[in-house]
Amino acid sequence: MTTPLHRYRIVQWIDYRLPIFSWTNEHLVEYPAPRNLNYWWNFGSLAGIMLVVQIITGIILAMHYTPHVDYAFNSTEHIMRDVEWGWMMRYLHANGASMFFVVVYIHIFRGFYYGSYKSPREILWWMGVLILFLMMGSSFLGYVLPWGQMSFWAATVITNLISAIPWIGETLVQWLWGGFSVANPTLNRFFSLHYLLPFLLCAVVFIHLWALHHRKSNNPLGIDVKSPKDTIPFSPYYTVKDLVGLGVMFFVLAIFVFYLPNFLGESINYIKADPLVTPPHIVPEWYFLPYYAILRAVPDKLGGVIAMVASIAILFVLPWLDTSKVRSARFRPIYKQFFWIFLADCFVLGWVGANPVEGSFILIGRIATVYYFAHFLIILPLLGKFERTKPLPESIHQAVLAKKGGADASGAPPDSSAGSSPGGAA
Amino acid sequence: MADTAPESDQASPQGEETRRDFLILAAGAMSAMAAIGVAWPLIETMNPSADVLALSSTEVDISEIEVGQSVTVKWRGKPVFIRRRTQEEIDAARAVPLDDLSDPESDEARVQQAEWLILVGVCTHLGCIPLGNKIGDPRGDFGGWFCPCHGSHYDTSGRIRVGPAPNNLAVPEYEFLDDTLVRIG
Repeated sequence: MTTPLHRYRIVQWIDYRLPIFSWTNEHLVEYPAPRNLNYWWNFGSLAGIMLVVQIITGIILAMHYTPHVDYAFNSTEHIMRDVEWGWMMRYLHANGASMFFVVVYIHIFRGFYYGSYKSPREILWWMGVLILFLMMGSSFLGYVLPWGQMSFWAATVITNLISAIPWIGETLVQWLWGGFSVANPTLNRFFSLHYLLPFLLCAVVFIHLWALHHRKSNNPLGIDVKSPKDTIPFSPYYTVKDLVGLGVMFFVLAIFVFYLPNFLGESINYIKADPLVTPPHIVPEWYFLPYYAILRAVPDKLGGVIAMVASIAILFVLPWLDTSKVRSARFRPIYKQFFWIFLADCFVLGWVGANPVEGSFILIGRIATVYYFAHFLIILPLLGKFERTKPLPESIHQAVLAKKGGADASGAPPDSSAGSSPGGAA
Repeated sequence: MADTAPESDQASPQGEETRRDFLILAAGAMSAMAAIGVAWPLIETMNPSADVLALSSTEVDISEIEVGQSVTVKWRGKPVFIRRRTQEEIDAARAVPLDDLSDPESDEARVQQAEWLILVGVCTHLGCIPLGNKIGDPRGDFGGWFCPCHGSHYDTSGRIRVGPAPNNLAVPEYEFLDDTLVRIG
């Protein structure tokens, strides 16, 4: 770092006063990343890019939108019909929210599979859970703004969750509404908060990355980096790898924006909000369906709300519920199977959440909810005690080179099967 | 502060409270109170404003409502159900033993005149508008109202009978001004 990093004197002059170039070099160029990261490690940076997409399109939409009950719905249609490229900005923003959740959910399940939440990455994981909470808050607030029927009733149902709090619930929800029901004061403040939350998100993302760059990335083997041979510089290797994923992500987003812009939405949201008529079937956006299923699985108002909040808050203590010392599921044959069952359980919850509470959906929803919590509270703590894990490789570079057919003879590990286990997700 | 701290430790025996401790405590407490004092108005701004509070009553002409018919009026941004109940509906509501109710309230306590049932038409679960006020609406298993969102059934007194809602449909404050006019709120 003491030798001049940069050829240009102007760059040196700036860097001496504000080490922005050194900092970039340290964190984005030379940053030592494990040499074996697979494509599932794309999703962190993809999530960051989706946050940027949402902020940029959101700022533009805010220039044309009016947060008033008499104008909100019409100004949204004004954006769609009259504003130059307005339709694209809105479809990018609405489908971008879904894309953001897809990417973040994959990112979270990547963490589940490879044990990325384990020591020393617990605080990194906490920041991630906090990011998820903020994203959910932000997407909910944003969904209210077009002031369609589903906007209004989503706002009503979700804010009423707060009224389940004993004693102060009713006062609290009226404080949140700024009145006796969801109305103009509510819409106005939701717009203000929807604009605020992305910047809070940025702050938490910064801490998330700070913690990441302090203890560095986990990797598919889940073992620690032991020597420089285990790493490669972030740039160009992972900048390029991330760009491949970025291309795929934008391709998928473009399919939705240009060909299926309303596929994920509810057509009833193109009817203006009517406080006197509840739509016959209220469903949240797809990314909330599993939690909605958990909410409805409990036949008690307060109990349902507690279960729903707990379903995400439980992630905060996941690093301690999973008692296994081995991080990666590649070396945990039993956990690997429970991982896929848990993933399937989340899909079942989503499917139940999309359907009305009647008939067999009630029973399926309850079983899936119980299993969801059992995974964290029973299966994970017990697995750590009883599971026989496979032997871990000596080091990342030995495992990687063995897999490549012993290109470097000195790197061949004693147990050649270790690095080449199929690893489900690879 | 940092470089003077060791000196004060030397000046006083360990564990003894010093004037500095007192000052730090007092300044800290004052700062905390100031922070609360500043936060209070910020939080209060979000409560219902004076103009919202002012729109708190509405008058309804009930002379056109036939026996067995229901109407919906808007009060404080929410629907209020006014149902002119039939004798069977009144009898059904009054025949229910209080032990069968999850939120026990007698029908007599919920109406001023047996024929007129006036309720806030908001499900006490998560705030949807229950069905049952219009002709052809499902009225649930107890002949009152049925909330389509999460399946709560209300009886002919607006009391919760089955489903996730914790409470009966609320009875607003109201007053019969004369035979045809009722003021809600």
